[in-house]
Amino acid sequence: MSDDHARTARELIVRMCANPEGGHLGGSMSMVEILVTLYRHVLRIDPDRPQAPDRDILLLSKGHGAIGLYAVLAERGFFPAELLASYGTPDSMFTAHPNPAVPGVEMPTGSLGHGLSLGVGFALAARLDGSDRRCFVVLGDGELQEGSVWEAAMAAGSQKLDRLVAIVDRNGLQISGDTEETMGLEPLGDRWRSFGWTVLEVDGHDPEQLRTALSRIPCTPGTPTVLLARTVKGKGLPYIEGQARSHYVRLTERGYRRARAAVTRGERTETTCPS
Amino acid sequence: MPVVTAEPTVPDEARAAREVYRDVLVELLGEDERYVCLDSDTGLFSATSWGEGARRYLNLGIAEQNLMGVAAGLARSGRIPFVNTMATFAATRALEAVKLDIAWNDLPVRIVATHGGLSAGHLGSTHHALEDLAVMRMLPNMTVLVPADGPATESLVRAGAELPGPVYLRLGRGATPSIAPGAEPLRIGVAQSLRRGSDVTLIATGPHPVLTAVETAEELARDGIDVAVLNMHTVKPLDREAIVAAATGTRGIVTVEEHWAAGGLGSAVAEVVADLGAACPVRRVAVADRFAAGTGGHRHLLARNGISRATVTEHVRRLLA
Repeated sequence: MSDDHARTARELIVRMCANPEGGHLGGSMSMVEILVTLYRHVLRIDPDRPQAPDRDILLLSKGHGAIGLYAVLAERGFFPAELLASYGTPDSMFTAHPNPAVPGVEMPTGSLGHGLSLGVGFALAARLDGSDRRCFVVLGDGELQEGSVWEAAMAAGSQKLDRLVAIVDRNGLQISGDTEETMGLEPLGDRWRSFGWTVLEVDGHDPEQLRTALSRIPCTPGTPTVLLARTVKGKGLPYIEGQARSHYVRLTERGYRRARAAVTRGERTETTCPS
Repeated sequence: MPVVTAEPTVPDEARAAREVYRDVLVELLGEDERYVCLDSDTGLFSATSWGEGARRYLNLGIAEQNLMGVAAGLARSGRIPFVNTMATFAATRALEAVKLDIAWNDLPVRIVATHGGLSAGHLGSTHHALEDLAVMRMLPNMTVLVPADGPATESLVRAGAELPGPVYLRLGRGATPSIAPGAEPLRIGVAQSLRRGSDVTLIATGPHPVLTAVETAEELARDGIDVAVLNMHTVKPLDREAIVAAATGTRGIVTVEEHWAAGGLGSAVAEVVADLGAACPVRRVAVADRFAAGTGGHRHLLARNGISRATVTEHVRRLLA
């Protein structure tokens, strides 16, 4: 069951946030279903052969979600989950932004606005190679304020890269609050469409919707696809969901026990996704 | 009043290094499927017939940050991209992508940067690149190459194409004379000795600085001053051996470059001499700590900003005084 995978990933994420260094909790929790769906149902990858030549590529452009990626990679079997205990300790390979030394991590990211250009490069290379490899790039919504994202979006549309997929973790929040009050992104679908992309919109916590959308790649011949996944920052911890303060959290022992209990129950909340 | 030195005339057979590079690149793309040419609408390739390599030429428009990231993605996928833009855009506008996506990953991207130094002339400070050597040599994994003429461009483009990691190749804009016709192909990391001498060593990089150094040495020879000239075409990795020999075998070093004084070739040479602990004075002929003085063509700006025989001569005479 996909829900079990997501629950395990969330348990690993909150465990990492209980480290003295803390972690990017909110934006990791919001994309759990996105990554679990990709790694369990969409990506043509083999955890035993992370460098297999024709594998699909996943790039976490919102690199601050590294602990979310590490959790899902561990859950998928790229490495033993026990290794994550070193997160936040000196010389750990599990750095706060994705480290390519970790099996399954394709490229280091973390400075926002880089991933989609890298993805255009991977997609162009696949086309030159005659490969049917696909490239998926997970972006944050706040990240879309970086101009370089739109350089890459323009290039992908212009080059008709239909095996390139951008997935926006549209949790609606950035460090200081609502994206729309900081530097507005809407009408976001229209913006992507005007750059030559096919736009799909889903509930980013609904595995079926995610799976259905991502099983259609290439979605429209000759155009790249963007999936706008409406999510909730901090998803899984009802007392922090949808709050900007979930962005970076160091959990105390008590806070960890509470968080672990919440994600283990996997309780459903009434929180609605931003439309 | 500025001192304006007589401008050397460029012989008819002289070619712009960027045109030499373009022709070599067409050959490379025809020879090896791994090579890809990524353009940022430079116009350099407008009339180019790519032949076999046609589908591996991509014009990605005026978007230099994206250009560098795309190159990294291609290189990670097994391609060897030649990325084309102007020097100042590579070194400043797109720097973060060069640093993180290319240099950090140690990927075989060749950044070919035209309009190095003051060669953009009257286009002004927006298009001058007086910081690029400092910026690029500071990046781990990066090799920094500055050919001084057409033949050197060909040998460094071909040698650089083979390296496992990233390369920054600085080219100028206009035609410049051949400095060492018939010389052996250059080897990356090995300075080219253009003249032996026992009094002072001139260490220069780039077409005009190297030419200026050679001409100054010839002038000084007439006065009985024996000056060595090294063409330091590889700014990184620097030929430490050649610098150590200059520091210990002559009475001083004068560096000549088309770059701000901070961080460029002169700084790099001074670092080697300082590490050595040698009592060897190093004097730098470079653009002062200000945006280029004057307006006008390339040669005028060089003279106006002191990249001239007169300045080099003055430094040599002071060293020997």
